[in-house]
Amino acid sequence: MRRAGHALLALAGLLVAVSVWVWLRNTDDVDLNATAPLASTPALVARGAYLARAGNCLPCHTPRGAAPYTGGRAIETPFGTVFSSNLTPDAETGLGRWTPAHFWRALHHGRSRDGRLLYPTFPYPNTTRITRADADALFAYLQSLPPVRQAPPANTLRWPYSSQAALAVWRALYFRPGEHRDDPRQSAAWNRGAYLIAGLGHCAACHSPRNALGANGGPLDLSGGLMTPQNWYAPSLRDPAESSVADWPLAEIVRLLQTGTSTRATVSGPMAEVVRHGTQYLSETDLTAMATYLQALPSTGRRTERGAPPPSRPSGAERGARLYDRHCAQCHGDQGKGVPGAYPALAGNRAVTLAQPANLVQMVLYGGFAPATTGNPRPYGMPPYVLMLDDRDIAAVLTHLRTSWGHQAAEVSELDVHRVRAATAP
Amino acid sequence: MPRQPVARLYRRLLALALLAACVGAPAAPKFEDSMAQRTLACTACHGEQGRAGPDGYYPRLAGKPAGYLYHQLLNFRDGRRHYGLMTRLVDPLSDAYLQEIAQHFAGLDLPYPPPARPPSPTAPELLRRGQALALQGDPQRRLPACAQCHGAALTGVLPAVPGLLGLPQDYLNAQLGAWRTQQRRAQAPDCMAQIAQRLQPEDLVAVTRWLAAQPLPVNTHPAATAPSWPAGSEPLACGATTISPGARR
Repeated sequence: MRRAGHALLALAGLLVAVSVWVWLRNTDDVDLNATAPLASTPALVARGAYLARAGNCLPCHTPRGAAPYTGGRAIETPFGTVFSSNLTPDAETGLGRWTPAHFWRALHHGRSRDGRLLYPTFPYPNTTRITRADADALFAYLQSLPPVRQAPPANTLRWPYSSQAALAVWRALYFRPGEHRDDPRQSAAWNRGAYLIAGLGHCAACHSPRNALGANGGPLDLSGGLMTPQNWYAPSLRDPAESSVADWPLAEIVRLLQTGTSTRATVSGPMAEVVRHGTQYLSETDLTAMATYLQALPSTGRRTERGAPPPSRPSGAERGARLYDRHCAQCHGDQGKGVPGAYPALAGNRAVTLAQPANLVQMVLYGGFAPATTGNPRPYGMPPYVLMLDDRDIAAVLTHLRTSWGHQAAEVSELDVHRVRAATAP
Repeated sequence: MPRQPVARLYRRLLALALLAACVGAPAAPKFEDSMAQRTLACTACHGEQGRAGPDGYYPRLAGKPAGYLYHQLLNFRDGRRHYGLMTRLVDPLSDAYLQEIAQHFAGLDLPYPPPARPPSPTAPELLRRGQALALQGDPQRRLPACAQCHGAALTGVLPAVPGLLGLPQDYLNAQLGAWRTQQRRAQAPDCMAQIAQRLQPEDLVAVTRWLAAQPLPVNTHPAATAPSWPAGSEPLACGATTISPGARR
């Protein structure tokens, strides 16, 4: 009896200790009484508009066809759906009653105006690195927008993810407010690149693997991650077998971010959205800074399993070759060389041999255009094959790509195709 | 030295023969820097004349007014029309490029096939009702004639009203049905939505059956102007008849 009492007491003590720890991890020192209004100038607003492009805030905060930044776009996560906030200065449903301090606290500490903890769907593990000056400029820009009264729908997260307590524990485990510090051993361009990539750019929100609780490897972990439930794989920016740009000329990296296409790669899927609404608008200086940082990233080997090497003659080889001739060769060429400026080469293309085949399946199922940008205003398109080819066909033709022209990537199975098709059916 | 021109000729012939051999090989893909090449993603499903697909009908694009096509591209992108494949395709494109794509298809001048035979014999009174609705409308139900906006010959009106001929009945039914349930919308004020609401189901079928049975007139092009509204009637306001920029981007 006494032993049980002791155990209970110890458990209670532990609970209190954990609660105190969680509580301490969720405090901040932002002085909300510092209500000095922001001296908004046209230059500050313009700077904020530019930074909003760098952060690519628009697509997530604007539903289809709606006025910019009115929020309410559904962001699907493995834990349920989160709806983005209205960032226009409407007093009831937007940021109308916010002060610069509130906005800073949201970016830096992930808390809303009323102190509520925000869901990290809003990438505050990244935005915490934004400087106060940049936060103020962003706020000045958002406050300059026409106010629109539009409350977002309520989030539909599953319990326990829906509770503030669970969020507090998550934050205690995975979130630390941080700030960008220049590395004196590196160039100014490298440091600027690191600042943009870690903070506003929030590249790691997609390019870093997430654990079962949705936490990733930190704001500068760029080792590649599968976006669930969207089923796009944001490749590693450090792995030479994936999307490392260590051996690219700086100008080609800049070109990819500025136009969406380069001699070495073309963006697609969510990255097309990033280029279309974000990076194409950045200055040459900032793009060069990002490119400098990305180019200097130390290479690491693949973290994921490479998968079994393909057998010498993969199943369905003939079928795959036949389908390739019929559906793909017209544009990509018999030898997979593509057409420069229009159709990507498939031979020697790292996107074809990625261990994770989700992007390939997406491309064949739904086709698509490269983003229309100032630097590439009239892109060529690929037709969708979702209604034309079944899972077996797509698996065969992708396996053909992955084992032709010297490629030695693992086969794509019908199940691989089915998984993407089932999760993304339009 | 006198032999040199002969040697040069010989070399040239050899080069020509080699070139001919290369042309004969199917190695290089036929590629041209054109809008037709750029829009293979569209014609793969829509074909030249429109075509039936496993999940519905992909309407003909050739020769439709550019303003109409442009609006449909915006409607898919901005969520007023719902077809996931279209939305994904147009999502990364700019207003200017969508406009150019619309103009490309509007500029194609291809002959129309004869209308498909109806699957079952049609009652003459149904066809008469359909014809009356299409050409005269029904003032009691506040239904203007189709021809009022879509042109006296029903081949559309520039710059943004589509023709109604050369489309299968299933497609016309599906579109009017989608308008009734607000699955398909146009820029506000959405006049077609009002008309679709006022159409009784039997009238809807009558008018689509009649439209689908009509051959194209000799001049298949959209008209420059629509007929003037009859005296005493109030013209419907249509947001889709003017070419406007996209909602955003």
